[in-house]
Amino acid sequence: MAKMDSLLTKMKEKGMKSLSPSKTKITVGMATCGIASGAELVYNALADEIEKQKLDIILSKAGCIGMCYREPLVDVIEPNRPRLTYSKVTPKNVIAILNQITEGKSKDKKPYCRIDEEDLIINEEKIRYLTGALPDDIKAIPLMKEIDFYKKQIKIATRNCGFINPGNIDEYIARGGYFSLQKVLSNMEPGKVIEEVEGSGLRGRGGGGFSTGFKWRSCRNATGEIKYVICNGDEGDPGAYMDRSIMEGDPHSVIEGMIIGAYAIGAHEGYIYVRDEYPLAVKALTLAISQAKEYGFLGKDIFKSGFSFDINISKGAGAFVCGESTALMASLEGKAGEPRAKYIHTIEHGLWDRPSNLNNVETWANVPVIISRGREWFSKIGYKKSTGTKVFSLVGNVKNIGLIEIPMGTTLKEIIYDIGGGIPKGEKFKAVQTGGPSGGCIPKELIDLPVDFDELTKVGSMMGSGGMIIMDETICMVDVARYFEEFLEGESCGKCVPCREGVRRMREILDDICKGNSKEGDVELLEDMSQAIIDGSLCALGGSAPNPVLSTIKYFRDEYNAHIREKKCPAGVCTEITRSD
Amino acid sequence: MDKVKNVEKNIKTIVEKYHGEKSSLIAMLQDIQKEYNFLPKDTLKLLSEETEIPLSRIYEVSTYYNSFSLTPQGRYLVQVCAGTACHIKGAPKLLSRLENELNIECGETTENLMFTLKDVRCLGCCSLAPVIKLDDHIHAYLTEDEIQGILENYRK
Repeated sequence: MAKMDSLLTKMKEKGMKSLSPSKTKITVGMATCGIASGAELVYNALADEIEKQKLDIILSKAGCIGMCYREPLVDVIEPNRPRLTYSKVTPKNVIAILNQITEGKSKDKKPYCRIDEEDLIINEEKIRYLTGALPDDIKAIPLMKEIDFYKKQIKIATRNCGFINPGNIDEYIARGGYFSLQKVLSNMEPGKVIEEVEGSGLRGRGGGGFSTGFKWRSCRNATGEIKYVICNGDEGDPGAYMDRSIMEGDPHSVIEGMIIGAYAIGAHEGYIYVRDEYPLAVKALTLAISQAKEYGFLGKDIFKSGFSFDINISKGAGAFVCGESTALMASLEGKAGEPRAKYIHTIEHGLWDRPSNLNNVETWANVPVIISRGREWFSKIGYKKSTGTKVFSLVGNVKNIGLIEIPMGTTLKEIIYDIGGGIPKGEKFKAVQTGGPSGGCIPKELIDLPVDFDELTKVGSMMGSGGMIIMDETICMVDVARYFEEFLEGESCGKCVPCREGVRRMREILDDICKGNSKEGDVELLEDMSQAIIDGSLCALGGSAPNPVLSTIKYFRDEYNAHIREKKCPAGVCTEITRSD
Repeated sequence: MDKVKNVEKNIKTIVEKYHGEKSSLIAMLQDIQKEYNFLPKDTLKLLSEETEIPLSRIYEVSTYYNSFSLTPQGRYLVQVCAGTACHIKGAPKLLSRLENELNIECGETTENLMFTLKDVRCLGCCSLAPVIKLDDHIHAYLTEDEIQGILENYRK
């Protein structure tokens, strides 16, 4: 283990020089969303101009820091000065940003926010960008932690996203990475690791909310020589991209979490199952795994601890139901991804019928922090039985669209108005949809609801993986229900008749309601069918398929009635029937 | 004849890459699709012979997953994001405009094999909604009126 100590110390130093070098460094946020909003053009323009002016500046790439509403984002890190973030940067702004560095002034482009010093979260260290007094020219620029979007956030799972080059393992190490693995391998028995995770209260971030530590313990205790750990990166919920951002922006956090989990469980082989639609995530993870192998964090007899572990990447092929654990394992075996009955637990009989522990990307990314800071620290954050934070993709009709990581228990109102900045274009808030196609729509009357696993379930929705779609009054709730049933109709694997036929019939009835062909009693019929589908489906896809219908009926029955009785769509979305005003 | 031999060679290379592991069927199919832009019938027969996976199972897997196609695909794949954020910001209108412009329905390929139109359940770019992905390039905050111009660039 002494060898691991010295490697980490050496690489930490190297990584620190790369994060805050002795000369100016510029980083561009280049996750999928950044690239789509033009970050690549900005990066190329910066590279060209730096070359042309022969400037001694390092240009680097980073993942997504979450401020998607201000993308493309460019960070400037000059020695001893605050880290400056420029937002909505276009290639035209490049000269202005470089002038600011070379001449100390620029009229054309002002930084959006700054960071003087930053808490690392994973340990008690800080990164100090500013040394000495704050220069006059940037006094007026707000601190990132004080802008509304960030004020209430605590970044545990997304701690490094946007701050490191995901392709540089040393930068991950410099920010406390792989020190938790070292702690585990050098002086923690597997049982102690499980105790720590269980004691932290960490619950599955993929939506189920099952105790992670308990799951690990069951898998450790399951009979079998060969066991597997699996990372579910099949983020299929429409409107959710938290896991993509972590895999693209901080792949080592997932890998380190998996190595620790495998050690605790006694697994020697791991799989990361990634959606086909996320090519950049596959690329980032593949590179990260090869680097971890090179440093000896993966492979045989890791740092002579006697523990061996390796990770393979498997790409999905476009099937939503493969996010379900048994379907995912079938897909890993090269079969059609059909779920099977859950009374045979995957903990005992999973992949190739062997004990398998599956956790979601965000869950794995939390693990190194829990090991480093301890269960007490982690369990103090959060609300009741939901400890820690949750990452949400705050999207739809809200001003500040982006990825947010907030303590469990933050209210919907705080999320939508304080962090999200409210509803744009002078429209009014109507509902928020959580939990993807398995979730529901929560109306404005419940805006003071604290967001955690149990509270969301109580009101007929669910946490899901973290999509949070804000809807204003221009959105028709019947159309939203129809949209989700159409989605599920296409994604039902077809194994259980109530799901395959029932969801299709529900979608047809909803189609009729939207087109004005409905009749009195359709709502009651939908409710009846919902119950049959819930009772008669094997997996969570079918079992929760009626949620979007039931929750919209529960909270927006008037809207259904307007469609059915008056053949009118109050929101004016269903164009085949008339608007009510 | 050369073409047949080439196909045989390609399939053998792909199977060897995965050491003939039956569990790598999906990855092998992905490689074949990447090579041929779809899954030609003769390649699947060869794959079955090489791996000893029954053709019926290969057919099951090829038709189960959305990303595989048994018919030739267009040179450019047009994917309309049908995620929730895109849906409420007008994705259905983008899709019907594309259907009109290309004169095909969602899921179909134009006669000249230029474009294939598909909807995809969330590209994970919800902050830029509504988006479409054309030839690996994501077009953000797209409006119906921009579609014709974008297609023109590829038609040239």
